[in-house]
Formats: sequence, structure tokens, C-alpha cells
Amino acid sequence: MTVTTERRRVDQRRGDWARVWPLARLQPERGVAALLRDGTQVAVFRTYDGDLYAVANVDPACGAAVLSRGIVGDRAGVPTIASPMHKHVYALPTGECLTDPRFAVARYDVRVRDGAVEVRQGGSP
Amino acid sequence: MAELVVVGQGMVGHRLVEALRARDTAGRWRITALAEEPRPAYDRVALSSYFDGATEDDLRLEPVPDGDGLFDLRLDEPVHDIDRVARTVTTASGATHAYDAVVLATGSRPFVPPVEGADAPGCFVYRTIDDLDAIRAAAEGARTGVVVGGGLLGLEAANALTSLRLDTHVVEFAARLMPAQVDEGGGALLGQLVTELGVTVHCDVSGRSVESGSDGRVRRLVLSDGEAIDTDLVVFSAGVRPRDELARNAGLPVGERGGVVVDAACRTADPSIFAVGECACLEGSVYGLVAPGYAMAEVVADRLLGGSAAFPGADTATKLKLLGVDVASFGDAHARTDGALEVVLNDPVARTYAKVVVSDDARTLLGGVLVGDATRYATLRPLVGRPLPADPAVLIAPAPGDAVGVGVGSLPDDAQICTCNVVTKGAILTAITDEGCTDVPAIKACTRAGTSCGSCVPSLGQLLATAGVEQSKALCEHFDQSRAELFEIVAVTGVRTFSDLVARHGRGRGCDICKPAVASILASQGNGHVLAGEQATLQDTNDHFLANLQRNGTYSVVPRIPGGEISPRKLMVIGQVAEDFGLYTKITGGQRIDMFGARVEQLPEIWRRLVDAGFESGHAYGKAMRTVKSCVGSTWCRYGVQDSVTLAIELELRYRGLRAPHKIKAGVSGCARECAEAQAKDVGVIATEQGWSLYVGGNGGFRPRHAELFVNDVDRDTLVRLIDRYLLFYVRTADRMQRTASWIEAMDGGLDHLRAVIVDDSLGICAELDAAMARHVSSYADEWRAVLDDQDKLARFVSFVNAPDTPDPSITFSVERDQRVPAPVSVDLGMPNANRR
Repeated sequence: MTVTTERRRVDQRRGDWARVWPLARLQPERGVAALLRDGTQVAVFRTYDGDLYAVANVDPACGAAVLSRGIVGDRAGVPTIASPMHKHVYALPTGECLTDPRFAVARYDVRVRDGAVEVRQGGSP
Repeated sequence: MAELVVVGQGMVGHRLVEALRARDTAGRWRITALAEEPRPAYDRVALSSYFDGATEDDLRLEPVPDGDGLFDLRLDEPVHDIDRVARTVTTASGATHAYDAVVLATGSRPFVPPVEGADAPGCFVYRTIDDLDAIRAAAEGARTGVVVGGGLLGLEAANALTSLRLDTHVVEFAARLMPAQVDEGGGALLGQLVTELGVTVHCDVSGRSVESGSDGRVRRLVLSDGEAIDTDLVVFSAGVRPRDELARNAGLPVGERGGVVVDAACRTADPSIFAVGECACLEGSVYGLVAPGYAMAEVVADRLLGGSAAFPGADTATKLKLLGVDVASFGDAHARTDGALEVVLNDPVARTYAKVVVSDDARTLLGGVLVGDATRYATLRPLVGRPLPADPAVLIAPAPGDAVGVGVGSLPDDAQICTCNVVTKGAILTAITDEGCTDVPAIKACTRAGTSCGSCVPSLGQLLATAGVEQSKALCEHFDQSRAELFEIVAVTGVRTFSDLVARHGRGRGCDICKPAVASILASQGNGHVLAGEQATLQDTNDHFLANLQRNGTYSVVPRIPGGEISPRKLMVIGQVAEDFGLYTKITGGQRIDMFGARVEQLPEIWRRLVDAGFESGHAYGKAMRTVKSCVGSTWCRYGVQDSVTLAIELELRYRGLRAPHKIKAGVSGCARECAEAQAKDVGVIATEQGWSLYVGGNGGFRPRHAELFVNDVDRDTLVRLIDRYLLFYVRTADRMQRTASWIEAMDGGLDHLRAVIVDDSLGICAELDAAMARHVSSYADEWRAVLDDQDKLARFVSFVNAPDTPDPSITFSVERDQRVPAPVSVDLGMPNANRR
């Protein structure tokens, strides 16, 4: 799982972090949507193993901000989110769409600070 | 090494390259394929699926490997001429290719009938992906579209326009649709079914002129009878003409109605030039279907390697689902053989038309036509030219689960199962027994059967079963079990969570297939509120928000209105709530009122108002019992013989909240006039003078089905008991997303077996089913109210957890007919945007 490495790398950069939600209230395998200060929407997920992921909340296939409301699962061991709109499946670690290569979502760095989940503004390349 | 130039890379040109490369193991030919289109070969037969979400990649045919330097594919490189003396081919870019042999596979071009103004912007043909892209772009913001041509291609195009949500018209010169394939009786039913799907059919008429508006774009199509259709676009799909100009210019003979003349070896008058597919004229005929083209490609591949193959004759059998209507035609469909007899079953109630054409001694099958239900195509078509296994009338009789020996298993080994790719039953059985194919994808990969039109795929499954191969029932990559098996595991082991189930009986962490299926299983075994604990993580968004997700990320809310009966006061409450929240309201097909456009954070307040007024959740969101529709029955109606409203309300309240593999709908009609359309429902009840008749297994939707009579004239208690058992047996044993109709169809023994189980208790499970239903009825609780009473659950209903009072800014509305509707969303990712209107 690449999340640990990501987290370390991000900690070294000085990011602009937005507080999202207390970790304890983030139910494993059910997403929440959060609003960043620049107006972008992120979908934040906690997997069964406790790993955290954040991706853009807007489903690129339809333009609606709904990814946080999809079903979390895995495909061949890679944690995924299935859009509730037309069931496109995205890999949480990379944001790539596993069911239609034309789509991808931005992913965001995410960390826990003082019991709160935080997302780094600006997203990742 | 010899040089082969293949002109054209449509399906047939591609097949030729593939066949030659597969057989030319000694490397005798180097192939240069010159394609006019900028993209590699794609499946033109499935072109319309491009409008149903298929991508260019989905349509692409398996590429031929070119790693050994023996195959060179050049796209966007149309051929200008052939110099038969110098033996060279010149392309539009000026490149010249020397050849030892040439294969013309240039296909055909759409025929545009002589209609004045047919070149105006907004007029299209329907042939290539580029054509479809242009039609899609024009459909944006358009309301109406006309297809000129009601044949196979025309209906394909009409299908595309309806999927682009245009009001669609079809104009056909002949007196019926699909005149080439379907006879008069079949055409009449086809016209009726297509009309019911919202397409306006104009037969016996042609286009006279296209009129344009001041912007030069199409505005109206004037017909030969003087009528005019106001339209935003016109698609000409009135047949094709062979593209034979290369051959003409090279001095090769062409047929009377076009097409390069070839012999049975597909050779033109010039022995080093072949022609295959729709540009070829063989024994006076030009074939506009892919199967004969593929057969020609195989012949040429063989001839190029010194073989002596000859064109075996064309199979022009066709099976299609056009606009959701099954149509099939095979063999001598028009009974042109001397002395041929026609046996017709025209069932206006079941809305099916079936005809078989047999020889004058009624012993040999010659052909047939099927409309409305083409399931018999797979077994009838391979029998053409063979002795009949049963009375002709029996072959088309509607009896379900028939035991007549016409299953695919009873066919001889040389019968063709897949005509597109010329694969016999024997070849498929060999693939199963000798090549070790254990599922349909393996057979497809091994034999190519089922890879073109797909109509033989069900037969492949049957042949696997015949050969004793057990097919995978795995739900998804996380569970090897079927839904029914998982249901039994949950029932027997007492497993109560998904995590426990997947750890003990599956693998990984589940997905959007198995999680909702398991959620449904847990819910139907009485596992508390759907949002309790881990169960909340299994739910599809609709179940999770107890409302229906709409295209812009808002939800719609449907309160239960049992039996469709509602007081004026409650009607006013719905009106007031909708007004206060700015919701779009619409009466649904199931006698309820749907309120659209609610944001996530508005849902609890909307429910609170509704619950306070005495409403509860209508479960419009779940795979669950939805509605029981009723007519007014004997209470008001002068014809009603029983009180259908009271029964409908009782049934709806009894089964409310029952979760199932698919949604369940019911209807109760107070007399045989059937105003509740109960026979289109999973559970249909119709009053008789003596009591009630029960029908089962009907549905609307993508593949509408009529329910079948299950029992007649029973009293109320018997009726309810049978429905209890029927529903629970379905809930327990059906596959995921399997409706009652296909559940019964797939059942060994069909309706008779179902009757034995739930009327005669042949499995000894009725007491258990009765007890389970009693538990369901007594444990019902309104899911909306349960959320309102629970602060933790309420906390889910926010747009943003870190800004709970901020509505989703991406949701915007416009106004249409005085109500708010979703504003068009712009998605700029190359996504098909057909349905944006």
C-alpha cells in the first residue's frame, strides 16, 4: 500500500491542509464529502484496514459531485470506489478509472493530525 | 515472398487479413492493408451500441499482430486507383504499392434517396463512427429526428435517435417495416411494437424534400403524400450501394445493380484481383450482411494459399433486437420455394408473431419469421433444410418449458450454431471436450462463435450444460457462490455481517456488486435498519440516502401511497412540501407522486414533514416491493366485481419493505377489463366473479413481459398465502438483479415447478416460507422515521462534513414548464454526452 510513503513525502512539503472530520467519526468503507477553501470538493475514505484516501468528489463521467456516496471495495486487492451514478470504478491510490481508461480523478494527500482527518489543498498531480 | 494489397479495413477486410495471417504459416504473403478511415477495424454491426455507452475501444476488433513485418496497416490512406498493367495500387497520399494480388474490400456507401435538399446541414447518413459523432453533436439541443428508411439499418438509426432522446420518426417507402426480412403479419406487429416505444412510423410514403430554416439547417421533411414533419435532423438510412468505382475505373465488369462481378472463388475478371463483402457481386447478388462477407474472406484466404475453397452460399438469417423489439428472419422467410407451406402463430395477446415455412410435404424446415419474441431462433435456424423434429405448429407453440426435442442439444453436429463466424455445433463441442473450454468466454476465444452478433450466446451456454460442464455462478471476484447460495449460507450459519461473510466464505473487501447483494440478503432475513452499523457501508446510494439519486446529484423522494388511494389532505401536504423545497413533482407510472431535486441535507426535513402527516417511505429506492397498483374496483366502477382497492392496499402494506433481488411491482384489477394492467407486474391479481386470479412473472422495463396465469378463482386468504410464498421463494433463490420473469424462465420445470413448490409444497418448505413472511410483516418499521429518530444517522445527511450548512454549489437548476429541472452539466472529457438534454 502506497499510502505510508505518500504521507511521509507530503509531511516534508509544507502544505495547506484543510481539516475535514474527526477520524473517529469516519466510518470505515463509507465516504464523506468535504469542501476545501478553494471551493473544490473532495471525497474522503477510510478503508477497512484503516488507510485513508482522498479523491475529487466530482464524477468525471457525469459531472455530479457524488463519488463520496459510492461503494468502497477492492479490485484484485487495490482499494476502489464505485461511482453511484454509472458505477465507474476508480482506484483510490491513483485516481485512475479501472472500468474506462478515459476517466480519472485527482487524488489528494490526506493525513491525521490531532485526531482529525486533514486533506491537502490543491490536489496531487 | 508475394505482395498482397487489401483495399479497405472494414469488418470483412479485417477478417481476410486475420484469416490469411492465421493460415499462412510459411510466410508466403506480405500484406499491406489500406484503410480509408482514420481508425482500425471496428464492429459496424454493433455500431448503435456506441450510443448506449460503448466506446470506440469496445467496438474495436481484435488487432492482427504485425510484429513480424508481414502485415502493414495504413490508416487514413484511401486508394485512388489500380493500374492492372503495372500491377500497382496508388493511394490518395501518392504512395504506390506493387502487388501480386489485390483484394477489394471497399464495402458499400449509404444510399441517399433523391430527396430535394438532402445535403443541408442537419442531414446525415449512418455508417461510420464519424457519422455517429456528427449525429450526436447535432442531437444536442435538438428535439426531433427523422430516419428515412424503415429497414434493418433504418431501425438501427431510429434506435440511436431514441437513445439520444429525440422524438423519433421513421419514414418507410414500403407498406411495412423491414420489408426484406419480415412478412406482412410480422411487419404489422413490428410496426405496432415500435410505435408503442414512442417512435412514429410512416409507411407507404417517401421523403420529397428537406426544407431548411433561415440558418440553412434542416427544419422540416416534406413527405410524398404532402404531409410534413418538423424536425431538427434527418438521417438517411435507406440501404447501401456497393463501392465498386475502383473496379469500374480499372475496367473490371460490375453487376447490373453494381458490385464487382466475382466467381465462386471471389475472383474478378482479373485473376490477380479478388473482391469480398459488400462491394462484390456474386452470382448476381450483393450481400449487405457481414456473415456472407466473412465467408468470402475465408474463401480468398484459402485461394491465396493455393486452396480450392468456394463460396458456400449465403446465410442471410438475421436476429436483432431493434428498439428493444426482438425480430428474427431466416431461410426462405417469404415462402418463395415452390409449394412451400406457412404455419403462423399470431398471438395479439402475447404480442408475438411466429411463422415457419416448410416444404410442401411439411417435412423440411425452409425458413421463418419471429417478431416480439425470438428465443426460438437459436434452435430453429440451424434446422433450415433439415427434417423437422416435431409438428411445425409445435415448433412455434408458446408452451413454456416445452419438452419437444428442438433444444440445441438435439441438433446434429454439422448444424451451424454461429452463422456469423460459421461455427458448427461439432466445433463447439470439440472446444469444450478437447480444448477444455469451461465457460462462454473460453468458447468465444477458441472458436469465435458468439463474437459477432451474439445471438447464439445462449446456445453456447446450453451446449456447455449439454456437455456436462458446470458454469460459474460466482457473484463477482469476491465470492464464488451465487446469490442463492449466499442466502442459504446466511440463513443456516447465522452470519450477520458482510465482514464475517467475506472473511469466511469469500475474499478481499467486496465491491459494488456483492455488497448490495449481501445487504439485500441480510435485510430480507431481518437484520435491522439498512443504515445500522456496518450495513450502511453496503448500500447503494439510493438505499443509503433512502431516496433516489438523480442525474445532477440530487435525490427524489417518493412517499408510499398504498394502492394509489390518497386523501385530499395528504395530497395538499405533498404539494406544500414540494412547493416549500422547490421540488419538481411528477405522477409516477406506479400511482405515486415523485418529488425531485432534493439536496442531501434537505432530505431529513422533507421526510419529517411527510412523516408527521402520516406518510412513510415508499421504498422507491430499494430493490424491494414498490407499489401495488389498483383500479377503482367495485367501490365505484360499474363493471367492478371485487374490491380491488382494499386488496391492493392490504397487499402493499403487507409486503412494504420486503427486499428482493430486483424491484417488485404488483397490480390488482377489479374485473377482467384489467385497468390496473396487473398482467404487466411481478404479481398480478385480477378479480373474477368467483374470487381472484393470480398471475406471476410479468414486468415492464427493458424487456417487457406478460405475467402468466398461476391459479384461478381463489379466495382472498389462499391468494395472499400463495403470494407470500411466491415472493419469499423468489427472494431466496433468484440471482442478483434477476426479475421474477427470468427467474421462472430459468427454473427447471418452469411454472409447473413453481406451482408444485408453493401450492403443493413439493419441497416441504411452505411452513418455513409462511413463518418468514409472518416475521417480515410483524417487524416492519418505517425507515425514514427510524433515521429521524437517530442523531447518528441524521449526521450522514450533509453535503459536506466540514461545512454542514453549505449546499453543494455544483447543483444548479433551470426552469421548464414552470418547474425546476437540473441545469445542463457540461462534462468536458470526451464522454458521450448524448443524454445531456
